Amino acid sequence: MEKQKKTLVIGVIGADVHAVGNQILYHAFTDAGFNVVNLGVMVSQEEFINAAIETNADAIVVSSLYGQGELDCRGLREKCDEAGLDHVLLYVGGNIVIGKQPFDEVEKRFKAMGFDRSFPPGTPPEVDIAALKEDLHVED
Amino acid sequence: MKPVLLIDFGSTYTKVTAVDTDAPRLLGTANSYTTVQTDINNGLADALRRLEQQTGKLDFCARYACSSAAGGLRMLASGLVPELTAEAAKTASLGAGAKVLKTYAFKLNEDDADEIKATNPDIFLLVGGTDGGNTECIIHNAKVLQEIGGDYPIILAGNRNAARTCEKILEGREVHITENVMPSFGVLNTEPVQSEIREVFLNRIIRAKGLSKAAELINGILMPTPSAVMKAIRLLAEGTETQKGVGDLVAVDVGGATTDVYSVAEGLPDDPRTALRGLPEPYVKRTVEGDIGMRYSIKGIVDAAGLKATAEVAGLSEERLAEIVERFAAHTDLLPDDDETQRADEALASMAVRVAMTRHAGRLSEIFGLGGLQLVQTGKNLLNVERFIVTGGSLIHTEHTGRIASYGFYDEADPTSLKPKRCEVLVDRSYIIAAMGLLSEYDPDAALTILKEELMKDDGTK
Repeated sequence: MEKQKKTLVIGVIGADVHAVGNQILYHAFTDAGFNVVNLGVMVSQEEFINAAIETNADAIVVSSLYGQGELDCRGLREKCDEAGLDHVLLYVGGNIVIGKQPFDEVEKRFKAMGFDRSFPPGTPPEVDIAALKEDLHVED
Repeated sequence: MKPVLLIDFGSTYTKVTAVDTDAPRLLGTANSYTTVQTDINNGLADALRRLEQQTGKLDFCARYACSSAAGGLRMLASGLVPELTAEAAKTASLGAGAKVLKTYAFKLNEDDADEIKATNPDIFLLVGGTDGGNTECIIHNAKVLQEIGGDYPIILAGNRNAARTCEKILEGREVHITENVMPSFGVLNTEPVQSEIREVFLNRIIRAKGLSKAAELINGILMPTPSAVMKAIRLLAEGTETQKGVGDLVAVDVGGATTDVYSVAEGLPDDPRTALRGLPEPYVKRTVEGDIGMRYSIKGIVDAAGLKATAEVAGLSEERLAEIVERFAAHTDLLPDDDETQRADEALASMAVRVAMTRHAGRLSEIFGLGGLQLVQTGKNLLNVERFIVTGGSLIHTEHTGRIASYGFYDEADPTSLKPKRCEVLVDRSYIIAAMGLLSEYDPDAALTILKEELMKDDGTK
């Protein structure tokens, strides 16, 4: 049944044009059995939210490669809550902060911003997929 | 000679056009008041009498009509997210030639319900959610519609997973289920809903509006007038199997209450590196500005363009222009009667064209990121469109049509608005576009020949 598939909205946030990683994620998530709505690059917070509303998404997976992720992601959780998407899982991954910072601190900051999980640079898609399946209660 | 009669039952005038399809040419045009309140055939007979005074007695081998009488095809639509399914619903309805009175987004509330009840549309288009996506909103809205009651048909073109549930909720109502207008995210699927609207128009609306009396005398009322216009300009742009078209074009119709803009163009960015944002754009696009018109909506022009800017174009003081605007708004049948009112009228028409074109055309914005400059386009790129068609009473009855039209061109003061750069103006002086759209259904080659002949001979400079 089509509807049983969990729906993910993915894209690269802000003014970031790094398209390749996002494309790899699209294929990896699709192969893993998710229904993936790929918004591409340079996606605003509002576009993530609008797409999630229409498609009744289970999770929003935000990528950011250019170091401005922390600024771009701020307020996304609050806007999701405002739009009635309080149940939606929020993930973020990539080079999400400037420079080299201990990732556990970065993770803590993004947790405080309402992101359920964050992933450091170089995370293989399998790791995200396992986490999504766990959080969305998808059985293999 | 093989004469064909084309009729446009307008809200005010019934316009008749006679053509010879044997050796394609325009035989004559005439009009009279639309008499939908009594018997629509009276106005038609009157217009025909005037036509035959010019052409002599004609033995028509076919008669086709389009209609925007009795308020046109009045539609309401509701979707989920304003920029997504609600916008898709609006785009699809406008493309089907409807007059979209309002588009609702998200869940309908009590005030919306009261408004819908009071509006009593000809058709309600209920959409929302991609296939497999959100069902909550459309189901809620179906319940609201059922509670309001009414006997207008409802077209369901939302999430397919909610279609049957909505149909059950709306038991006892005339419900038409068709494909989702946005089956998956960002994909526009307007054709199925548009053909459903057309069916409902043909089978139901014509009768409901007292137009069927006329339908007995002619070979049928085939479509709403704006659909006929869209067919004609598409034909002119694309051509037929045997005749070349003129290529991408834009058409503007400045009316008394609204301003319609049509474009036939893919509208893709000039530079392939430009990122595209927003919904995909229809190749033949129609937008209607409900607040921009030469009489009933004259104040909307000044609100949108600014009194100062409009007064500068008119060469009048702001006070004087404001007075004239007040007078035209209060007396909608007034025509300019001296130099000042003429200048005001033309300046207002120029601004109407500028505002409506700016809203219709896309925009190119520049974003500076770490990788340098990135261009982002929303909407249609009309920079390279080379032909600009002008139709509608307020523009075809002045000598300065060309100058007024040029306000719809690319403007260096607003460089991110993607309006046409170098454009030839074509004027629909005999007001035949809708008629040729009708004719194109039966004899596209004759329709195209006549369109070219009539539009190409006038560039609005006189």
